[in-house]
Amino acid sequence: MTGNIKEIKGKALPMVGDDIDTDRIIPARFLRCVTFDGLGEQAFRDERFDEQGNPTNHPMNNEAYSGAKIMISGNNFGCGSSREHAPQAIKRAGYEAVIAESFAEIFYGNSSVLGLVCITLPKNEIAELASYIENNPNTEVVIDIEKAEIKAGDKSYKAGIKPTLQKSLLDGTYDTIYELMKNKDKIEELDKNLPPKCFN
Amino acid sequence: MGKNLFQKVWEKHVVSTLSSGQSQLFIDLHLLHEVTSPQAFAMIRELGLKVAHPERTFATHDHIIPTDNTARPFKDSLAEEMMAAIEKNTADFGIQLFGVKNNRYGVIHIVGPEEGLTQPGMTVACGDSHTATHGAFGAIAFGVGTSQVRDILATQTMSIAPFKVRKIELNGTMGKGVYSKDLILTVIARLGVNGGLGYAYEFAGSAVDNMSMEARMTICNMAIEGGARVGYMNPDNTTFEYLKGKPYAPSGASFEKAVEYWKSMASDKDASYDDIVKFDVNAIKPMVTWGITPEMAIGIDEKIPEPKNDIMKEALEYMKFKAGTPIKDTKIDVAFIGSCTNGRIEDFRIAAEILKGKKVAKGVKALAVPGSVIVKEQAEKEGLHEIFKDAGFEWREPGCSMCLAMNPDKLVGDQISASTSNRNFKGRQGSATGRTMLLSPAMVAAAAVNGAITDVRDMM
Repeated sequence: MTGNIKEIKGKALPMVGDDIDTDRIIPARFLRCVTFDGLGEQAFRDERFDEQGNPTNHPMNNEAYSGAKIMISGNNFGCGSSREHAPQAIKRAGYEAVIAESFAEIFYGNSSVLGLVCITLPKNEIAELASYIENNPNTEVVIDIEKAEIKAGDKSYKAGIKPTLQKSLLDGTYDTIYELMKNKDKIEELDKNLPPKCFN
Repeated sequence: MGKNLFQKVWEKHVVSTLSSGQSQLFIDLHLLHEVTSPQAFAMIRELGLKVAHPERTFATHDHIIPTDNTARPFKDSLAEEMMAAIEKNTADFGIQLFGVKNNRYGVIHIVGPEEGLTQPGMTVACGDSHTATHGAFGAIAFGVGTSQVRDILATQTMSIAPFKVRKIELNGTMGKGVYSKDLILTVIARLGVNGGLGYAYEFAGSAVDNMSMEARMTICNMAIEGGARVGYMNPDNTTFEYLKGKPYAPSGASFEKAVEYWKSMASDKDASYDDIVKFDVNAIKPMVTWGITPEMAIGIDEKIPEPKNDIMKEALEYMKFKAGTPIKDTKIDVAFIGSCTNGRIEDFRIAAEILKGKKVAKGVKALAVPGSVIVKEQAEKEGLHEIFKDAGFEWREPGCSMCLAMNPDKLVGDQISASTSNRNFKGRQGSATGRTMLLSPAMVAAAAVNGAITDVRDMM
């Protein structure tokens, strides 16, 4: 079984922008692999380095945010390809949570199974939090899962978290496989009565 | 009050409500490819589990396979390793692989339907966001991540919450030079790339009723580009005719029984929806994308818009385009016809019709990549490959090819590609500065001939 997650605490990385797709999070060439090992180093590779391999001014290259555990971004984060390599890369790069205005659904589901916590905040609060972190990069941001609350310095926000995710994080049931392995009888009954087997 | 297809399919497939509150959903058909499955098999082995229902599981390889030379071992050792993994994993667990060896491979979303695996009323899952394609048959089909591939392999079920349903009515007749690709680009341009978050899209209306299965699949394929994880259409006689005689479709008395069931799964006339949006298809023109998300699409006679927000500014900068410039006559470097969006037989017929007797413009690299071995063989039987080759297209072996740059087919530098694929994201086609414009196969053929974005209606 997986452990439960009640709180995430650490520095944050503001990475503003909308529609950050999974090709940007992890370019397709890094999907040529049979394990997820080493993906953390390639997270946002083409955003962090130019074609000559020189570092860009991407926030992940900014020393001030090194060791950050919480990523802050914009609307429709994780859109595009269903590759689990995207949340795997973010998690393996050391992040435990992403705070965004909204998430693409497949990314949200993929992250949830891994315990990479996706939290939403309204646009204006994202902007305020991001700007606060830019000015105070050493701030310890605390996400309290039980209270659904984010605290950063003297600021406090109501964290948007789906009740199903909140419960599974607190219970430690976010890795779904253990619970799915129950109900075998019902599964076998459905198997016989659903297409295409039911036509035979 | 009646029910819509989504509600009917969902109810039949719920195994239980999990402690999180999500549903445990039974998956009728699980499709695999080489990119998102190896880690799932590794997890299964690590946990000492078996594949619960190999007979409901089918695999192919499409993303990494080269389209010029498929001789083994591949030059790219990482690609070879992935290919070997899907071959070993399917053999070890007794899963049917449509592969090079039995010569039935292709893009997974083209293989499933042409084998008759995808059927109305089913739940279909695959570790690929374009799984929505199968919704064209009246299936509830969606992309999943690798951990969920693991869950389905081990239990034939997964954890998921139900969707709201938005009915998208496409009424009217498609004009000359207008195709289903133009319809879905119009829908995404209006509703936005995240307009479908939380929704399944039911595509309906007279334009859909009159469409071939191939055209319907193009629309459902891109539902995810509008943020909707599921896109579907109600099954009708066009669906049943398509399925008749396909290798894995029911046959004989079973077929009749199946048709009755399939009809019963269609949305009731008095079904309720969470939202309804209507489009006048008569007014839709050939569409072109100008930016870095699929909603940045305009009619061929329009100008590149003034930026209204940061992402539009970012798009103009990346594409090196100027607001106010007509999109028509934008020079292109590459023309690509293929992918799970537009790599089916009808797409090649339409493009060949435009290309017949014409030549690709000098300096344009043009690729025609059939979506599967079956599509390729059918096209060659009809002589379409000769038309493409005579025009100056490269006629390739099946695969995902330049849609996503996991194989040798890639843009170079900031080349502009006129592409029938589904995503114009930054760097999507293999170069970090490469530029993609999404179009219908007819429009790509026209752009290839003129070396620039063209109104295909002027060539018809």
